[in-house]
Amino acid sequence: MSATSRGHGATLAEKILARAGGKDSVVPGEIIEGRVDLAMMHEQGAQTVQPFHEMGATRVWDPDRVVIAIDHWVPASTEGAAVLHRILRKFADEVHLPHFYDVGNHGICHQILAENGWVVPGDLAVGTDSHTNMLGAMGAVAAGIGPTEMAAVLALGRLWLKVPTTVRINVRGKLGPGVTAKDLVLRALGEVKTTGATYKAVEWTGPTIERLSMPERLTICNMTTEMGAKCGMVAPDSKTRDYLSGIAKHSMHPMYADPDAQYERTVEIDVDGMPPMVACPYSPDNVRPLPDVAREHVRIDQAFLGSCTNARIEDLREGAAVLKGRRVHAGVRFIVSPASTAIYRQCLSEGLVDLYTEAGAVFTNSSCSACFGGNMGIIAPDEVCASSSNRNFPGRMGPKEGRIYLMSPAATVAAAIRGEIADPREYA
Amino acid sequence: MREIIEGRVWTLGRDVDTDQIISGKYLTIIDPNILKTKVLEIGLPEFASQSKPGDILVADANFGSGSSREHAPQALRAAGVGAIVADSFARIFFRNSINLGIPTIEAPGVRAIFDRFDVARIEVRRGTITNVRTGASVSFPPLPQHLIDLLEAGGLVEKVRRELADRPSSQDPVSP
Ligand code: SF4
Repeated sequence: MSATSRGHGATLAEKILARAGGKDSVVPGEIIEGRVDLAMMHEQGAQTVQPFHEMGATRVWDPDRVVIAIDHWVPASTEGAAVLHRILRKFADEVHLPHFYDVGNHGICHQILAENGWVVPGDLAVGTDSHTNMLGAMGAVAAGIGPTEMAAVLALGRLWLKVPTTVRINVRGKLGPGVTAKDLVLRALGEVKTTGATYKAVEWTGPTIERLSMPERLTICNMTTEMGAKCGMVAPDSKTRDYLSGIAKHSMHPMYADPDAQYERTVEIDVDGMPPMVACPYSPDNVRPLPDVAREHVRIDQAFLGSCTNARIEDLREGAAVLKGRRVHAGVRFIVSPASTAIYRQCLSEGLVDLYTEAGAVFTNSSCSACFGGNMGIIAPDEVCASSSNRNFPGRMGPKEGRIYLMSPAATVAAAIRGEIADPREYA
Repeated sequence: MREIIEGRVWTLGRDVDTDQIISGKYLTIIDPNILKTKVLEIGLPEFASQSKPGDILVADANFGSGSSREHAPQALRAAGVGAIVADSFARIFFRNSINLGIPTIEAPGVRAIFDRFDVARIEVRRGTITNVRTGASVSFPPLPQHLIDLLEAGGLVEKVRRELADRPSSQDPVSP
């Protein structure tokens, strides 16, 4: 494709934002008014209602492009949560928002968007949650925004965006047995760091990324949030089309970076020979090779297999393959929380609920669960949790002293069995 | 938005994320006046009880990282902070804070020139922040006009309200 008038080609983010802004091309730093293809709210959307009314708005720009999916406290575990849900249900009735994934049909908001085809290639999607980045796996710009901003989106169908520069993460090599997309994104976080892509777009490229399945791409785009990125994406291909075939909610308009696109920088990663990785307290970029940490015999009190990062059916199968026939270590609480009701039902039909619970795990309904320290699975101040989630900041699972180690589903299960951080390859 | 903002300074370190500003256990609270009593409970516990309206937060890099929770800047606004200044901000926090009408200023190097309870003087249009006690100052690139307009309107709610009021036709009931 020919270069634009800027003298060089455009990145994937620039292509998508140019379309959203109704322009032929855009340059980083430019502020556009982006037309939104999909807006998503979870419980934080309850804080959208008041500013929406204060703005004098009375109707939503396009109710078929708004999804509400409650997930943090499902079913409501406190009176406060019940009130948030109530506010959202009333609002959805009042302004006629039909796409409400309520208790019984629920799941983590990002998973709901993915498995129901709400975000398609070329889209600009926004959600009231920071991990909205995950949907960039569809070849879209998907970004988190706050509830007041969401009120403006609901009223106008657009928002201001500064066109970001793009950091490319180019990955080659083959992931070895027991080494997963989660290990790859942790490794990348170790290099890019939690501020390395602040305000920027992350574009994953290279032969390893092309080989990744859609669930794996969702995992690596999910944690671009931890790099500070506005969005993280993978260019669409036949896997994207296959995944969305029959479920896409609106028409696709796939975009691709130009070969001569200008990246702010390119981070090269070769995964040949890479071991499983782990992010140690208290930052997702405090990443070390898992075997090194395992040698230090880090005891755990809780293991959590869940969250939008890693609680898809593929993740729960990966964990099951490690667990098969073994038991959860005495003294470890092992919490398994599938990312959606559809995945929950799939686990039932595949016998995974039996497998996990027979081994001594607690298999919960689908929600954010222990991921964020506000609902269930909270740890005591001197406790340690091995987790397949995405954040291990102070206070993330409750008390600020609590220590969380982030790892793959396989490694989370290995830790649950051993009672300390363990190399999942020893349980192959 | 005032042209010159002056206030007593509270200093904070690097990577003060939103969990440290408003802990996950308070996310079902949406009344800003209750939230302000929990603000910075993990990051700076004495702030909630001892801060005064008009106080200025001066943080190191990556202030407000983590979740998209607007509870964090909501609570800070309710506590009456006059401005939030940092070496750098996380993206969503910056947007939320500006959208709520809080002067939010990125000024690399600013944390190093302040100690707790110094007085900061911010000249918004000139793009300088001065420590009134020591005379040290740093400059910052002025905010883009788009964001100045937003702050001048008093935040996003007011800006959109004016826009909708100017275009009454956009609020006609939609046919089903
Ligand atoms: S699972 Fe965790 S990271 Fe994902 S949306 Fe829920 S709380 Fe946020």
